[in-house]
Amino acid sequence: MAEKVLVKGNEALAEAAILSGCRHYFGYPITPQTEIAAYMAKRMPKVGGVFLQAESEVAAANMVFGAAGAGARALTSSSSPGISLKAEALSYIAGCDLPCVVVNIVRAGPGLGGIQPAQSDYYQATKGHGHGDYQMIVLAPSSVQEIIHLTADAFDLADLYRMPVMIMGDGMLGQMMEPVEFDLGERRKLPEKDWATTGTDMKRKHNIINSLIMNPDDLEACVRARYERYEQIKATEARAEEYMMDDAEYMITAYGTTARIAKNAIVELRKKGIKVGLIRPITLWPFPEAAYKKYADKVSAILSVEMSMGQMVDDVRLAVNDKVPVHFYGRTGGNIPYPDEIIKAMEEIAGGDK
Amino acid sequence: MQQVFKKPNALCDVNLHYCPGCTHGIVHRLVAEVLDELGIEGKAIGVAPVGCSVFAYDYWECDMQQAAHGRAPAVATGIKRVHPDKVVFTYQGDGDLASIGTAETVHAAMRGENITIIFINNAIYGMTGGQMAPTSLPGQVTQTSPYGRDPKTQGYPVRMSEMLAQTDGAAYIERVAVDCVKNVNNAKKAIKKAFQTQLDGKGFSLVEVLSTCPTNWGKSPIEALDWLRENMIPYYPLGVKKDKTTEE
Repeated sequence: MAEKVLVKGNEALAEAAILSGCRHYFGYPITPQTEIAAYMAKRMPKVGGVFLQAESEVAAANMVFGAAGAGARALTSSSSPGISLKAEALSYIAGCDLPCVVVNIVRAGPGLGGIQPAQSDYYQATKGHGHGDYQMIVLAPSSVQEIIHLTADAFDLADLYRMPVMIMGDGMLGQMMEPVEFDLGERRKLPEKDWATTGTDMKRKHNIINSLIMNPDDLEACVRARYERYEQIKATEARAEEYMMDDAEYMITAYGTTARIAKNAIVELRKKGIKVGLIRPITLWPFPEAAYKKYADKVSAILSVEMSMGQMVDDVRLAVNDKVPVHFYGRTGGNIPYPDEIIKAMEEIAGGDK
Repeated sequence: MQQVFKKPNALCDVNLHYCPGCTHGIVHRLVAEVLDELGIEGKAIGVAPVGCSVFAYDYWECDMQQAAHGRAPAVATGIKRVHPDKVVFTYQGDGDLASIGTAETVHAAMRGENITIIFINNAIYGMTGGQMAPTSLPGQVTQTSPYGRDPKTQGYPVRMSEMLAQTDGAAYIERVAVDCVKNVNNAKKAIKKAFQTQLDGKGFSLVEVLSTCPTNWGKSPIEALDWLRENMIPYYPLGVKKDKTTEE
């Protein structure tokens, strides 16, 4: 058993990345994730790694693009406005089938918004970011311990499927201290990176890392092949936590920090005689549709709770396909939903139902 | 029979896509000759830009990565930090390097990033069909300066080599031209020295190559070479702008 230590979410993520073999970090300061960069600046030189503070988020993400193409496990981290700037490189990284890990410690938007926790980048992470037909795997930890496990798995998933993987947290999770073990859990078997630009050494044909395909048929074939891979990921990698769902008559669904608040609300609601359970998506893409379908005929209503104006709720509705009413409660602007507010929202739904 | 001229080994045996009279082909060849002569094809990793030379990844036999517009120095930085023992270079045009990628270029120089940049300055955006570049000359007629570039509203051309020479991280900066045999020979010497600078671990090296774009300048290849000589060289003086390579 590894030793338990008290550590901040952002620093846990940085250390987990190093333990996962990441030796190349490129970043730019932005609140509320700067501890990741500061930790990397301190630790990377000690483990023979590279910490580079780039001139911009754009450059940092393109340095990751270069390092990923060169075969390294590369990481960048930022918060919402910075992720918008990284979107360009993410599209290229996906278009070149390169692995990398990008962290978004989400803050309130739009624009400069605020520096308090938010989940208003769900659309950006799961549907948007850069241009073109592509996806990223998006992982949403809800505790510091889970940050460690998911960071390790993020690098494996990226290498296995040759695509960018995002870890999405929020300011609260990044700043929160919890006792954790730096135990990465079971690791995956990974393919050789024989496609990387490492220099030919005059022993093989040159490797070319490129997303430009001028022939429409060739480009379509390439995109379709990528989407076949995405289908495989949807079938095998979607993950969700079920909490008190066995006898649930109502479902609350939430991810990340919000899911922890929802659990408190669920305990209170059950004391009041309302049987509520939780589905907590761990992968936001692929969205764990099966976890919802399983209960679509069993619960009488679903309440999606988010720190946004309602973004994940769209995917919940698609997953249950009108079989059950899906309600929404959210706070935004850096405000956090309190258990009392969730309880009230659920009571109104349950009351209206009876 | 003695062979006196052949394709450099580092140059792929393919047809280049460039327009007739374009000097990209000459510079591609010079880079390949230098890779051959320094014996570094096997340890070279090139970064292709967005612009006319976007397909450059198909033209050199070394490993290649294609970058987003302007980001080649950042991509090269990422590669070089993973493989500090390899030779990493970018090949970029003026729109790529001096407009959309100015920040990446200047900061790579300021960091003293141990990479080599081959910078093609032909005073115009070629691939998109002849728009005003940051390097277009005052009075120069382009698609987006149809009445001639007016510095009062469209600003002045940028002398990147002089600008980059001001940075402490730049080890070797030279401007050359490929308008005549003598200058082509000088260009090759400069490119070779730039790669040698990287091999010696001296820091950032850049060679600015004044080049022609007959198609978008609306001139014959010969007229274009004359125009380069008569108009570009006076504005963009040739020569070494920075040389720290002899310092210990």
